[in-house]
Amino acid sequence: MSRLGKIARRSFLVGSAAIAGGVVFGTYMYRRPAPNPLLDNLAEGQAALTPYVKIDARGITLITPRADSGQGAYSVQAALIAEELDVDLDQVTVDPGPPDPAYYNTALSTDAAPFAATDDGLIAQSMRGVMDAMIKFLGLQITGGSTTVPDSFDKLRHAGAVARETLKAAAAQQSGVDGARLKTARGAVVLPDGTRLGYVDLAPLAATLDPVTDVALRDSSQWRLLGQAMQRVDVVAKSTGTQRYGIDMELNGMVHATVRTNPRRGGAMLGYDATAARAMRGVLHVLPVTGGVAVVADNTWRAFRAADAIDITWGPAPYPAEMEAHWHAVADSFDAAHRDSRHRDDGDVDAALDGADVITAEYRAPYLAHAPLEPTSATVRVTDSRADVWVGTQIPRFVQTNVARLTGLDARDVHVHVQVMGGSFGHRLEDRSVREATEIAIALKGTPVKLTYSREEDFTHDDTRQIAMARGRGAVQDGQVAALDLSIAMPSVIASQMGRQGLPVPGPDLQIVAGAWDQPLSVPNYRVTGYRTPELAPISSWRAVGASTNGFFHDVFLDELIHAAGADPMAERLRLCWHAPSRKTLEAVAEMSDWGRPLAQGQGRGVAFCLSFGVPTAEVIEVTQTPDGMRIDNVWVAAEVGRVLDPANFENQVQGGIIWALGHAINSEITYSDGMVNQRNYYDSEGMRMSQAPQITVRGLENSDQVRGVGEPMVPPAAAALSNAIFAATGQRIREMPMNRFIDFA
Amino acid sequence: MKLTVNSTDHVLDVEDDMPLLWVLRDALDIKGVKYGCGVAQCGACTVHIDGAAVRSCQVAAADVWGPVTTIEGIGTPDTRHALEEAWITHQVAQCGYCQAGQIMQAADLLQTTPNPTDADIDAAMSGNLCRCGTYSRIRAAIKTAASQMREV
Repeated sequence: MSRLGKIARRSFLVGSAAIAGGVVFGTYMYRRPAPNPLLDNLAEGQAALTPYVKIDARGITLITPRADSGQGAYSVQAALIAEELDVDLDQVTVDPGPPDPAYYNTALSTDAAPFAATDDGLIAQSMRGVMDAMIKFLGLQITGGSTTVPDSFDKLRHAGAVARETLKAAAAQQSGVDGARLKTARGAVVLPDGTRLGYVDLAPLAATLDPVTDVALRDSSQWRLLGQAMQRVDVVAKSTGTQRYGIDMELNGMVHATVRTNPRRGGAMLGYDATAARAMRGVLHVLPVTGGVAVVADNTWRAFRAADAIDITWGPAPYPAEMEAHWHAVADSFDAAHRDSRHRDDGDVDAALDGADVITAEYRAPYLAHAPLEPTSATVRVTDSRADVWVGTQIPRFVQTNVARLTGLDARDVHVHVQVMGGSFGHRLEDRSVREATEIAIALKGTPVKLTYSREEDFTHDDTRQIAMARGRGAVQDGQVAALDLSIAMPSVIASQMGRQGLPVPGPDLQIVAGAWDQPLSVPNYRVTGYRTPELAPISSWRAVGASTNGFFHDVFLDELIHAAGADPMAERLRLCWHAPSRKTLEAVAEMSDWGRPLAQGQGRGVAFCLSFGVPTAEVIEVTQTPDGMRIDNVWVAAEVGRVLDPANFENQVQGGIIWALGHAINSEITYSDGMVNQRNYYDSEGMRMSQAPQITVRGLENSDQVRGVGEPMVPPAAAALSNAIFAATGQRIREMPMNRFIDFA
Repeated sequence: MKLTVNSTDHVLDVEDDMPLLWVLRDALDIKGVKYGCGVAQCGACTVHIDGAAVRSCQVAAADVWGPVTTIEGIGTPDTRHALEEAWITHQVAQCGYCQAGQIMQAADLLQTTPNPTDADIDAAMSGNLCRCGTYSRIRAAIKTAASQMREV
């Protein structure tokens, strides 16, 4: 703790700096004090200023360090800066910027410490502060955890305001007009007589001034951009086929590579015969990479075809070969030796269950692939003096560090150019493909190498969502839920994911119980215990992470108890929920869905609630039993996000989150046989197609003062609401996913 | 072999069995055509041959039976096709990777069915996967474009 305290006292100051012919404004200048042994890991050049606004002769560039994998992150970050800077989005260039420790993600700490998002107490706040210092120290420039908006909301508006006021100071000096009489609009300072002094022209002078840091952020009533539907900065390119993604990279002299690594993940390659492959047209090289072999050819298809022609002998997997053994390992970890956390323990659960009519249930959630539509790719060029990496990634700093380690170059000489991503859902929090491309690029020094995975390689080498089980025990009394005891077991996502980056993660893994232990319910006897299954197959963050499974477990079991009590599912949830903003989401979906409206025979309606990533979310689903199977007709969703910054993108993200959750809940799983993933392409795991997509009605609530992101929080309640609706329609309780193992869906 | 793409003639030296997808992407650098699955499961590679939508990953170069049109051939950022305009109006795209294929499939649908119902749209579009889940916006954009194209 003392080490962390020391770091927290170090200075983060506002600054600006002159660049060739212009100026950069940063909200945080990272100052290097006198000798500090904690800083030895930081390269000298990284102690520089961190720019969010760059103005030079070429124009105005807004730096948006959180990656865009389709969630609209570039647009919302640009809008936050532009709102205060007084520029419009058609006047600026948006650039993700370089990897830099100063682009740390503060908001990630919010869910890293063991305090529920509803706990505003002093201890919780101060603990979040400690985690914040830790993240500054590590320089985690990560996009994830639905943190882009919370992290950026004040920081980027402040950056815009500092730049605006400093440009006004420059204009005052140049024109002799008092700064208080100056206005700003559309990228210019406007003098009282209407003369416009363009930001670009003022930049060289502004760079010589001390930045104006005493700025007040505008009240939301004055916003021009935020709060209204925006045209996303990438929408024209993405609607005309002109958006370039990482997989579209082309460079002079570039070669095309693909890899085959052991489908028994992490197992060795015992040998290979590439005689046939080497003789194929266009094949330039066949060479070993970690865990497998790479083919380099003059186009992608020739590389793919040659890779298929290599005869490879694979070693065994370092985890159980068969799926049954994975489930046994999870089931066997519900014991004291594997207990990981018990952050919720209200009342006296043991006493409440003793002698009661105990209701029990067991739940399962499978491994799942991320499978974003753009297959994994990475382009790397290594020379003696520098490396360049072009890749769609959520972890540019880790990429930089790993490429530096593999090449022996200083991290300062590793240049990561973050590319637009064709989806991620957590997939691009991993960087194996970059390491493989780097190994090939080292062997072919000076030649740019684009590595592209085949869809099959992508599916079978995905670091999947966790496998998980839950066991519920509960009791009801006088028509109410009296006791809820939920035990959850899974391997640790964070340990698996950070382990691949060589980072140990001490202490309990809160993701094992996320979306369950932290729910704002006043069940009198209420306990949630997490159990850590020893590592099995590699797993990683999949949209909503722990809550993606736990939201299902927790709310379906609650629904079972409510039905056992003979209570109304909506009324009893409202009675149990003590958190006013959360109650409002339930009230909203009750109203939107006309809860209580009589349904026809074969129809059913279910509600579920989950608070995850700080966002209380309630969903109601209606289903109909048809001759073709169960049809999901309607979804109503209400989410408390503090402030809806772009209603159009908000609705799109929310609807997408629901489609994601329901498609996987009914149709998809990843299983292992002989140590290998069985599902090789979308025909084995297709998520949801248009013909199954329900009508989704969305409402964003703004009752909280904390602005939140919505990339993930829509996912946890969706499968639960569906299971609850199917129970209401048929009396059949589905406790496992994918649900199409139990019923047919239309 | 000879290939006409977006009204331009090309002479190419590629294998007969090289999929049109890779001829377009790697030999001709036409990158609006996307690789998603390679097995006609996702529709990201959808182009038109003789005006009809096909999965270019499943058409061998030697089997191309007519002129090829890709997303680049139906409109540009400055001169947009009605579907592209509707896609922008409805802010359809999230990651956007599937959307060129969606638009090419929708263009085929509107040629044969100028006033499609929801059922028509679902039937025509369910071979095109969108992992981001933009389906409701795709439906809306197709209807907007259909109505606009009928007026012209």
